[in-house]
Amino acid sequence: MKPLAFLVDLWAPAIRIVRFFGSLGLTFLGLTSVTFSIGRFIPIDPVLAIVGDKATQEVYERTRLAMGMDKSIPLQYLIYLKKLFVGDFGISVITSQPVLHDLIRFFPATFELATIATLIGVTFGVPAGVLAAAKKDQWPDQLIRISGLFGYSMPIFWLGLVGLFVFYGKLDWVSGPGRLDVSFDDIVTVRTGIILIDAAIEGEWEIFRNALGHIILPACILGYYSLAYIARMTRSFMINQLSQEYVITARIKGLSFWGAVWHHAFPNIMVPLITVIGLSYASLLEGAVLTETVFAWPGLGLYITRSLFNADMNAVLGGTIVVGAVFIGVNLLCDFLYQIADPRLRTS
Amino acid sequence: MKTVSGNTHLISVRSWLSSDSPSSRRQALCIAFVRSILAIFSNSAALTGLFVVLTLIIVALFAPLFSGHGSPIAVNLAARLAAPSSTHWFGTDELGRDIYIRTVYGARVTLTIIMLVSLVVAPIGLAVGTAAGYLGSWVDMVLMRVTDIFLAFPRLVLALAFAAALGPGIENAVIAISLTAWPPYARIARAETAAIARSDFIAAIELQGASNFRILFRHIVPLCLSSVIIRLTLDMAGIILTAAGLGFLGLGAQPPTAEWGSMVSSGRDVILDQWWVSTIPGAAIFIVSLGFNLLGDGLRDVFDPKS
Repeated sequence: MKPLAFLVDLWAPAIRIVRFFGSLGLTFLGLTSVTFSIGRFIPIDPVLAIVGDKATQEVYERTRLAMGMDKSIPLQYLIYLKKLFVGDFGISVITSQPVLHDLIRFFPATFELATIATLIGVTFGVPAGVLAAAKKDQWPDQLIRISGLFGYSMPIFWLGLVGLFVFYGKLDWVSGPGRLDVSFDDIVTVRTGIILIDAAIEGEWEIFRNALGHIILPACILGYYSLAYIARMTRSFMINQLSQEYVITARIKGLSFWGAVWHHAFPNIMVPLITVIGLSYASLLEGAVLTETVFAWPGLGLYITRSLFNADMNAVLGGTIVVGAVFIGVNLLCDFLYQIADPRLRTS
Repeated sequence: MKTVSGNTHLISVRSWLSSDSPSSRRQALCIAFVRSILAIFSNSAALTGLFVVLTLIIVALFAPLFSGHGSPIAVNLAARLAAPSSTHWFGTDELGRDIYIRTVYGARVTLTIIMLVSLVVAPIGLAVGTAAGYLGSWVDMVLMRVTDIFLAFPRLVLALAFAAALGPGIENAVIAISLTAWPPYARIARAETAAIARSDFIAAIELQGASNFRILFRHIVPLCLSSVIIRLTLDMAGIILTAAGLGFLGLGAQPPTAEWGSMVSSGRDVILDQWWVSTIPGAAIFIVSLGFNLLGDGLRDVFDPKS
């Protein structure tokens, strides 16, 4: 037995970690170079956007130099990266605040919405997918597949409007757009920025109920999309597992069908399922853009679109980078977790 | 006598079309074509999807006919926000424009976007994917890294940023969507190419001295085409939804052009009282993307038994 044998065991995970951070860095470089190009090559002259079209030639020149626009493009990109690295996304034109400051303020709302939506998606999507696989080609399967297909095909902003019309306008079951009724605004001190948690900490249960009434509809609508995706993937993973011989073996041993499904097949689909849930979570963080617009939900999506229409490029690109970074991060993290969690990949 | 000869003729056509050993390239193509048509017709989901897609194309092509030669941008403030009735089948919007006519004309915008995106995305994906798969080594590595980077981007937000930078409009929406939509095609084309490149007939052509360019475009691309087209059909729904989302946010077709996404958006403020302004164009988006999803699923079931 060689004394350094354990190093061999550590070698593969080490390479994997290096590769993980390598691809993270590369993808991030790609993202920033795209946002840089957008910011640098948009038809609007970035200098003109600051000084205005009435500025004299001298002022224009001075601002141009101050912005470093006389330097070469790669150098400008490096300066841009350096600024991003310390969290300097520039100043937002509409709020006159540093973009980073705005983003930190708007992010919790998106996070709250996407998290609850994902919880809904997982709670209903996974059992639905398992049921569809177990009853393949029978009516539960058809029903789940069709409702999933509907989820894939509906424009989310339209579903949001229809939901508002039915459940707020006609039935009055839920509260309207926004996070809280106006009368409840600014009562709870902001600790986490997540109103449900903040209200619960202070024991303001009336506010908690009000916030719940506001979040339930957008969360259910986003959750439906997440559900459709999760159920579809769970179904196909499960069908794949149920056709394996170990399931037959378990049945021959006398295990019930559902016993075989939950105790033998389900653990095997857990690993790819983690990836799917992560991906759907990441896409909800970005997909919330349209939902937030419909429900006037003060999150990142609303911030980005509102900045868009005020030609506030710093804010738009800052928001894009943050959403992109979260998306990339979750994506790669899932890839990584997948490799770590799968025993076959761990040893090979 | 006549009927008999007619029958024998028919029978010979049938056997010619169902032969297992075609004698010419033309016959082989005809047989493959007939078989796939039959397969699609025996799949009810695919058939429904095909029906929806064909309806979209016909409505878009003959929009003036379907709208009774009414104008989609004719403002009639006297009849604004009128409920659906016999004169205005789907009601009118906030400027008194007929929603039925606008929905019909909206099919044109949707079809234009779909066609333009396909025309941009499929060639880029094929070129990148086949080049990476066939040439291998560093070309493969560089191209696939770039693909991975683009694949990791959040699609809608990036399209939003592009559309915002380029300025609103259909062309820019198409560019924005295409820039974020091509990576999956490159992946598929690469996977197909990697399998094809190892086969004997490619080795034979290489020995005959064919150039890389010729091998790629005359031999590999045609073989990758079918899986790319299937994927494109499946993605179409997503493309329509992204385009409608951009339109909803005001970054797609500009007013007064009738575009479904922006029509939904224009009814937002009156959704509680005049539901038809938003819901009807939205239903059109839903039906068309459902059609593409059904067709895509069906095509995949028919042509790709693996998945």
